[in-house]
Amino acid sequence: MNAVIAQLPVLILVVPIVGALLILLAGKVNRNFSYPVTLATISFQFAASLILLSAVMTGGTIHYYLGGWPPPMGIELVLDAFNSFVLVVILAMALLTAVWARQGAALDIPPEKTVPFFVVFQLLVTGLCGMTITGDIFNLYVFVEITSIAAYVLVASGRGARSLIAGFNYLVLGSIAAGFIVLGIGYLYVATGTLNMGELAAMLPASYGLATVHAAFLFLMIGFSIKVAFFPLHLWLPDAYTESPAVVTILIATATSKVTAYAMIRVIFSVFTPQYITESFPVTEVILIIAAIAIIAGAVLAIAQDNLKRMLAYSSISQMGYIMFAIGIANQIALEGGLLHIMAHAVMKGCLFMVAGMIIYRTGITGIHQMSGLSRTMPLTCAAFALAGASMIGIPPTIGFMSKYYLVLGAVEAGQYLAAAVLLIGSLLAAVYIWRVIEIMYFGDHHEGALHSGPEAPLSMLVPVLILAASCLLLGLFVDIPLEIIGPAVTLLLGGS
Amino acid sequence: MIEDLFALFLSRYNYWMAIILMLIGLYALIAKQNLVKKIIGLNIFQTAIFLFYISFADVTGGTAPIYLPEGPGALYVNPLPHVLMLTAIVVGVSITAVALSLVVRIYQEYKVMDEDELLEVMRRP
Repeated sequence: MNAVIAQLPVLILVVPIVGALLILLAGKVNRNFSYPVTLATISFQFAASLILLSAVMTGGTIHYYLGGWPPPMGIELVLDAFNSFVLVVILAMALLTAVWARQGAALDIPPEKTVPFFVVFQLLVTGLCGMTITGDIFNLYVFVEITSIAAYVLVASGRGARSLIAGFNYLVLGSIAAGFIVLGIGYLYVATGTLNMGELAAMLPASYGLATVHAAFLFLMIGFSIKVAFFPLHLWLPDAYTESPAVVTILIATATSKVTAYAMIRVIFSVFTPQYITESFPVTEVILIIAAIAIIAGAVLAIAQDNLKRMLAYSSISQMGYIMFAIGIANQIALEGGLLHIMAHAVMKGCLFMVAGMIIYRTGITGIHQMSGLSRTMPLTCAAFALAGASMIGIPPTIGFMSKYYLVLGAVEAGQYLAAAVLLIGSLLAAVYIWRVIEIMYFGDHHEGALHSGPEAPLSMLVPVLILAASCLLLGLFVDIPLEIIGPAVTLLLGGS
Repeated sequence: MIEDLFALFLSRYNYWMAIILMLIGLYALIAKQNLVKKIIGLNIFQTAIFLFYISFADVTGGTAPIYLPEGPGALYVNPLPHVLMLTAIVVGVSITAVALSLVVRIYQEYKVMDEDELLEVMRRP
């Protein structure tokens, strides 16, 4: 049994790749077999990530050498407190999305396309796991590309023809971003002669003054900023989130954007160091200012939308600003808030996008103004929306309140009072765009017959939504549990290794 | 002044060529209206990155990185960037394939290949 656990870091990647082929084979036999295989593979990954997290928490960082070749010759997989935490979060989200997809996929995916859909879905999840646990920076690029190609295909697989254009624009911008990332990696290799992240961190300080290293940092920053849709490089995101199938939106908005943010934080803090971004090449101020603009601009744009999915997409741009904000402050408390917000945003945005999908599933409504009185026909769905929305605004004691509370504390500790004020304004604006929907759902006039007076969405969609809505509240009440993992993770990041 | 710049260009001309190619690719990606031309721009952009990697791997006077009679002391070019670029080429081909298939589907749906015309067609209800 221990021998299996020792191999888990690689199994978490190999099993789903084999699984993706199995999905294809099972789908050849019978189209309906592909879904159970997907669910089984992702469940295995989730279980493995939990085992790995507990192993890391008790036994410390795990290094796994692929093929037994130690770095710098070979590629290593590294699991520490930070990425095993992210791994659990994204696989939990992927699992819930997969459960939701049992009936939700039929919403946008024609029956004859379900088999390839689940194959690409599985490959996307695999790429995300790879991005999270790799310890080699070129390997990171390869997994970024696996993830992105899968995401382009999934975004373009929507029923409407507009999703093709959204997918194409995403592909063009994403490929430019990937080009910048690989260029930055090239500069790092020129400066140090290694691609292993640990070795890079050890060897880079000697050449912090070199223009090569600055160029590498800027290329990587711009590349990842496009990938996480950091304002003003977010132009692909609203269309990609709005036009893609509901299942894909949930997965991309929660898992993909979080893992990309993780990769960015990993590169900034573990490959470069906090000393580099504060002293050798002071960019934290710039990041902070852009993050503040992102928080406000994303929220203002969200207020202006009528399409629910598009509003949530702009809200994502605003919320990614909060995570970047933590990088800009770069002290212990703010980063704890930032990492907590990675989890919080995954949970609440997953819940909100699921609700948006369920409303389309039951009634076909996308516009917010048409949703008046919806709480009378879909009470549980609307309650979940209200709870996750409260978390999005940051009403105590939800998880969204906790993460923003830590961010504000961190900003105050760093003496950035103006920045702390921006966080509060961002919350107020979130209250405007979320409350507007809640008001229409609960207090809008209910036109009989104007709505399908259909029942709630099916149970397989309702259960994941309710789990996520409950975790918005429970994680906020028992915030000590995630903080026990996040605390050491942040110390590790700020410690430089 | 001009001679100095020219000398600077000549001394590192391989990197300059990579940068020029990269900018041509980016220009095509941004400015070209035709979707297929955009993909060609993307390919030029990616190729420039491959060339950048391959030219920094070069060692003056180095030979192929194989086991030579001189033993491990032989002067050879760094093989690692070549291996990395093999991977990147595979990635590039996959992206091109996905992009082209998207263009085919867009053409089937809208019967246009041009970005401006596409926006116009989409604006119609």
